[in-house]
Amino acid sequence: MSNILAIAQKELKSYFVSPIAYALLAIYALISGWFSLIAIANFIEMSMQGQGPADLNGYVIAPVVSNAGVLSLFLIPMITMRLFAEEKRSGTIELLITSPVTDMEIILGKWLGAMGMYACILGVKLFCLSFTFMFGNPDWRPLATAYLGMFLQGGALLAIGMFISNTTRNQIVAGATTFGMCLLFWTFDWATTFKADGWAKVLAYLSLTAHFNSFARGVIDTKDTVFFLSVIALGIFLTARSLESLRWRA
Amino acid sequence: MIKVEGITKRYARFTAVDNVSFEVAKGQIVGFLGPNGAGKTTTMRILTCFQPPSEGRASVAGFDVMEQPMEVKKRIGYLPETPPLYPDMEVGEYLEFVGKLKGLRGNDLAKRITEVSGKINIGDVRTKLIAKLSKGYKQRVGLAQALIHNPDVLILDEPTSGLDPQQILETRELIKGLAGDHTIILSTHILPEVEFTCERVVIISKGKLVATDTVDNLTHRMRGSENVGVEVEAREGTLDVSAVQRKLEQVAGVSKVILREDKNNRANFEVESLQGRSIRADLARAVVEGGFALTELKAAGMSLEDVFLQLTSTDKVDEAKVEEEIEKGEAA
Ligand SMILES: Nc1ncnc2c1ncn2[C@@H]1O[C@H](COP(=O)(O)OP(=O)(O)OP(=O)(O)O)[C@@H](O)[C@H]1O
Ligand SMILES: [Mg+2]
Repeated sequence: MSNILAIAQKELKSYFVSPIAYALLAIYALISGWFSLIAIANFIEMSMQGQGPADLNGYVIAPVVSNAGVLSLFLIPMITMRLFAEEKRSGTIELLITSPVTDMEIILGKWLGAMGMYACILGVKLFCLSFTFMFGNPDWRPLATAYLGMFLQGGALLAIGMFISNTTRNQIVAGATTFGMCLLFWTFDWATTFKADGWAKVLAYLSLTAHFNSFARGVIDTKDTVFFLSVIALGIFLTARSLESLRWRA
Repeated sequence: MIKVEGITKRYARFTAVDNVSFEVAKGQIVGFLGPNGAGKTTTMRILTCFQPPSEGRASVAGFDVMEQPMEVKKRIGYLPETPPLYPDMEVGEYLEFVGKLKGLRGNDLAKRITEVSGKINIGDVRTKLIAKLSKGYKQRVGLAQALIHNPDVLILDEPTSGLDPQQILETRELIKGLAGDHTIILSTHILPEVEFTCERVVIISKGKLVATDTVDNLTHRMRGSENVGVEVEAREGTLDVSAVQRKLEQVAGVSKVILREDKNNRANFEVESLQGRSIRADLARAVVEGGFALTELKAAGMSLEDVFLQLTSTDKVDEAKVEEEIEKGEAA
C-alpha cells in the first residue's frame, strides 16, 4: 500500500512541477466559470419571471454538473497521456520495473495520482458552485451525488487513458487516441436516435454519458455504479496485461 | 551469487543473446566486455528481471529471475545504460522516491540518502533540478540511485560513460571499494577499466560467449609465448644489423627474430620465444657479449586490448579456439 502511495504522490507532484496542471486548472476554471455564469444568469431571469426564487438545484447546479461530465472528456487525455508514455520514452520505466514493487502497485499508484489531479480540477468546479450557496439554500445531496458520478466517470476514463498511454512511447499519440476514445464513449448513445434495438442498444449501454446522467439528476443507480467500476477494473486489467507484454517485447 | 545458465534472448527473428552461461562468485567484480550490439545490455536486463529470457535460466543470490523476481529485485541495484532520471525532480527528492520504491522508509531512508550522497559526491547538488545537471552529474545520480538500498548485487551498464577523467578514476576506485560487500557486474568498452577494476572478465560478441576467465589468465593464455622488444646501438662506428640479428637468433629458446626498425645506427627487434621459455636475461647477455650497447629491453606482451580484438573479430575467434585446444592438449 505504501508503495502505491509513494508512486501516486510522485505522479501527482509531477503534474504540478510541469505547466500541465496549471494550464488544465486555468482552462477548466475559465470554462466552468463561464458555464456557471450562464446558468446563474438564466436562474436570475427565471426568478424574475416567476414568483419568488426558482429552484437553485434545477437551474444552476444540474446544468453545470452535466456540462462538467462532457468537459472532463476533454481533460482526461491531457492527464493520462504522459502516465506511461513518458516513462517509456525516458527509460525510467526500467527503474520502476526493476524495483521491488509489483506491476499492480505501479499501475494503481499511477491511476491514483491521475485521480488526484482530476480531483484538483473538480475542486475548481466546486469552488465555482459554492457561490450558489451564497445566493440561496440549495440541496447539497444532489451535488454530492453528481460529484460521485463525476469521480466514477473520470476514474473509468482515466483507467482507459492509462492503458492507451502504456501502448506507446509517444505522449501525443497517447493523448490523441485517448481523446478519440473519450469522444466515442460519449457519443455511443446517439446510436439509439436512429435505431432502438440490437447493436444500437449495446452501444448505448457503453455510452458513458448515459450512465452519468442519472448521477447528474441526483440519483445513485447501482447499475451505473457497477458499470463505471467495471470499466475502471477493465482499464487497470488491460494496463497490467500490456505492461507484461512490454517485457516480452522490450 | 549470480548464475547464468544458457540464456538466449530472441527478438522476432533476431537473436540478441545466444546460449550464454557464466557465474559470478560472491564479492567479485566482473567486467562484461563486448563490442556494440553484443548483447550486454540485454543480458543485464534479464538479470534485473526487466525482461525474461527466451530460453535458459538465471538466478541471483539463489533466486530465479523468472520464479521469484521480487526477491531478486530486492537484492539488486541497477544502473541502466541511460540513467533512469526524472528531470522535473530535485536530486534529493529523486533519491527519496527511489529509496521508497526500494522499500526504505523514515530514518533509514534519510540516513541512506546522506550516506550515498557523500559517497558519490553529490551532496552539493541535492537541491538542484535533475534537468539542470551536467551529464556527468546525471550519471552520478544514476549511480547513487543504484546504491541507495545497499544491495548485495550491483549491475552497472557502462557506469563511467560521460564522466571526466578525474571522475572516471574516482568512480573506478569507488566501485573497487564496493567489491567484497557487493557482487558487481559492470559493462564497459574501456579496457583499462576492466584491467583496473575487475577480477574476472566475461567477453561476449554477437550474442555469444567467447571467453570468461580472470584478467591475468586471459592475457597470459592468449600470449602463450613471450615477446620481447630489443633495442640495440653500436658502441662505436656503424651498427652491423645482420650481425646483431644472428647473435639474437643464436640465443637458446628463441623462435623468431624480426627487425622492426633500423635508423641512426640503432636497431629495433622483436624477439619471440618458444612456448614457455624465458629469454630476456639470455638476450641481454648475448647483446653485450657481442659488443653492442643494449638500450632497451621490454616485454611486448599482449594487452587485454589485443586479446579483446582477437576474440571479438570473427575470423580470429576460431584461431583463438584452436590455440586453446592446443594448449589443452599440451597440458594433458
Ligand atoms: N527491443 C529490441 N528489439 C529488437 N532488437 C533489439 C531490441 N533491443 C536490443 N536489440 C538488439 O539486440 C542486440 C544487442 O543489443 P544490446 O543493447 O544488448 O547490446 P550492447 O552489448 O549493450 O551494445 P552497446 O555496447 O552498444 O550498449 C542489438 O543488435 C540490438 O539491436
Ligand atoms: Mg548496452
